[in-house]
Amino acid sequence: MRITCRIKRYHPETDEAPYDRDYVVDVAPTDRVLDVLLLIKRTQDSTLAVRKSCGHGVCGSDAMVINGQERLACKTLVQDIATNDGDTLTVEPLRGLPVQRDLYVDQDAFFAKYRLVKPYLIRRDTEAEEGKQEFTQLPEVHRKFADQTKCILCASCYSSCPIANAPESEFIGPAAVVQASRFVFDDRDEGLEDRLPVLDASDGVWACENHFNCTRVCPRGIKVTKAINRTKRLIKQAREKSDQDV
Amino acid sequence: MNYEFDTVIVGAGGAGLYAALEASRLHGAGRTAVVSKLYPIRSHTGAAQGGIGAALGNVEEDKPEWHAFDTVKGGDYLTDQNAAIILAEDAVRAVLELEHRGLPFSRTPEGKIDQRRFGGHTRGFGEAPVCRSCYAADRTGHMILQTLYQQCIRNRASFFDEFHLLDLLMDGNRCCGVVVLELATGQLHTFHSKAVLLATGGFGRMFQITSNAYANTGDGPAVAARRGLPLEDMEFFQFHPTGIRGMGILITEGVRGEGGVLRNRHGERFMTRYAPTLLDLAPRDMVARAITLEIKAGNGIVGDKSVDDYVLLDATGLGKAVIEEKLPDIAEFCRTYQNIDPADTPIPVQPTAHYAMGGIPTDLDGRVLCDGAGGVIEGLYAAGECACVSVHGANRLGTNSLVDLVVFGRRAGRHMAQFAANADLCSVNVSDGAADVCALLDQLKSGSGSVKPGTVRDRMRTVMMEKIGIYRTGSQMREAVAELQQLRDDFRHIRIEDPAAAYNTELVEVLELRNLLDLALITAACADWREETRGAHARDDFPERDDEAFLNHSLAWLNGRDVRLGTRPVDLSRWEPKPRVY
Repeated sequence: MRITCRIKRYHPETDEAPYDRDYVVDVAPTDRVLDVLLLIKRTQDSTLAVRKSCGHGVCGSDAMVINGQERLACKTLVQDIATNDGDTLTVEPLRGLPVQRDLYVDQDAFFAKYRLVKPYLIRRDTEAEEGKQEFTQLPEVHRKFADQTKCILCASCYSSCPIANAPESEFIGPAAVVQASRFVFDDRDEGLEDRLPVLDASDGVWACENHFNCTRVCPRGIKVTKAINRTKRLIKQAREKSDQDV
Repeated sequence: MNYEFDTVIVGAGGAGLYAALEASRLHGAGRTAVVSKLYPIRSHTGAAQGGIGAALGNVEEDKPEWHAFDTVKGGDYLTDQNAAIILAEDAVRAVLELEHRGLPFSRTPEGKIDQRRFGGHTRGFGEAPVCRSCYAADRTGHMILQTLYQQCIRNRASFFDEFHLLDLLMDGNRCCGVVVLELATGQLHTFHSKAVLLATGGFGRMFQITSNAYANTGDGPAVAARRGLPLEDMEFFQFHPTGIRGMGILITEGVRGEGGVLRNRHGERFMTRYAPTLLDLAPRDMVARAITLEIKAGNGIVGDKSVDDYVLLDATGLGKAVIEEKLPDIAEFCRTYQNIDPADTPIPVQPTAHYAMGGIPTDLDGRVLCDGAGGVIEGLYAAGECACVSVHGANRLGTNSLVDLVVFGRRAGRHMAQFAANADLCSVNVSDGAADVCALLDQLKSGSGSVKPGTVRDRMRTVMMEKIGIYRTGSQMREAVAELQQLRDDFRHIRIEDPAAAYNTELVEVLELRNLLDLALITAACADWREETRGAHARDDFPERDDEAFLNHSLAWLNGRDVRLGTRPVDLSRWEPKPRVY
């Protein structure tokens, strides 16, 4: 099948602005979009810059905007996008993050916001000692946060979120809330209070307006918006409880 | 520029992060650098699926001694037995520690860490399969990587993302740091340090069909080999029996651990003929060979005896609920890449190049060995898949790679931190150290351009697949050695066409190709040298194990166009080698 692959190119050393470049390629319907990009890189233009690693949707390197929607290039088949000769596959870098070159975006801001939520198990007791038994955790408790543990920090949700992408927005973004909720619903964790200054803030969970873009694009199928809303409710309950205690 | 740190860790997968955690805990923040060619949490540890083996005995009786024995027997007695005992005993502590650090293991109804069966793991020294694999659905590696990265954030280790290892700074038998390329700027940097840990992972990308990430190009072992250090047991490369047909994407052994079975075109559960006791849960080398023999006999699904033929992994007996609960990613891979639901339709599978048992030789604390007599390179450490302790011998058991990372990554991290606390920065001239790298980069910019990197890469991967694959013969391996020598010569004519300094991914891929070519040559030469069949190394022309001549680790030195071979003794302190039947 012969399709056109339209790639948003940009190299800050030589280009004033991003531009579209078309490549005509012969592909199989079951090729991954990543295969198509690497074919172009190899046979037509070795300067094309695309992040990649695992090639099967678990490392999060190759999130990009494919025909208008955030997807992983290695988890999207040509036939998901283009079915006929002459169809066009459009590929652009993620939104809301500075483009470094072609499909490379600077994820430092994304990871910085992730780190803000203290994404690690917080305990009041001292560190794990040798010879301890495991914590008991019932499967029904595990299920409360299992969905969120699937997150691979690919930044698809962040790119798709209209709030995170608004000018001057400081919203920590859907992925950071998902990561926080992975801990606050884990009964081994005691760090809700430590995370409240970041979560219970106008740039924290309350910035979310339930657009559901994050849930639609998540390549891991995480119910992102639901996780955010559950975190909002948990924070409300914690406030009510602390009001009662006073 | 030049950076100075007490310890530098190259690679941010499971072994590198565990070492970083230990080193940063002992040193305090800011003294440990983690240099990775990927963003953290993109490393291939995250692709490990089925579990981490530890004799917790949460589901049924189990003992570390049984785990150690299985590891030795699984490795066809080439495993260092003292290392296997450490691995099995420390695995229990490691799993509990990971759980305490937040790893979200799947749970039993009572709330304990759940465990399931995996290939080659048995109770009572081979009596029957045992539930030893602790797992988090089919995303165990992802959870380990996440948990360790989270803890490194907490300990404030310094991360240098998208920095590529190019060379080691050496002063005789002392390692003084590394030379790296920063992808974002194209600049060369030196990291001057008291100790260096190489934790760069595997190099399955030298094969056509592989489960490995694009990043798995063996940068650490290749750099070490070019610096005159030996590599150990490089002839042993594991083919995982169940990769998705044509793509090589891994389908975890956990599918068989949960009850899935392999079938040929007649619907026959053919493992009954190859491993009557463990059946589909025999070790990977045996299952991969069984699949190959079925295909060669015309029992593949196509039936044309071709190398592209395949068999079926039948998980339809497990039921939708079990698959969605315990193997959700596998179900998704099947839907995405094969358009099938494994609960209804058997999965088309063929063996896929998966794991390097060999690598940089180390002692039990990760110190890199420079000869067969136990000599070490001061200040240089290696851990994880790029290293060879050797705890996997001639064939690694499923789940033992993750155990290796956390057990030996931790030991290396601790040892290097203690070493660094008592050592001074050595007085190497860092700009001299980068001179070789500058010469190489000049060559790549001024090459004739008559050879394309893609052509060399394709040829290497085909040669390795066809001639250094699951079954091997002397004449073919010697052809492979000659072809790989030629490809290494051809490499000199490659020219980088992208003139940019920033994000020059073409340059990086060519540097990775160079690493793979060197390791492919060493692998082929070692395979030709070992005239016996042992573990993952199966020879048509030498079909028996030969303990008299070859019960030794190989050591291989890269010497210009050639490979020089030597040996290192195997630790046999616990169990006497026996025929390996299951």
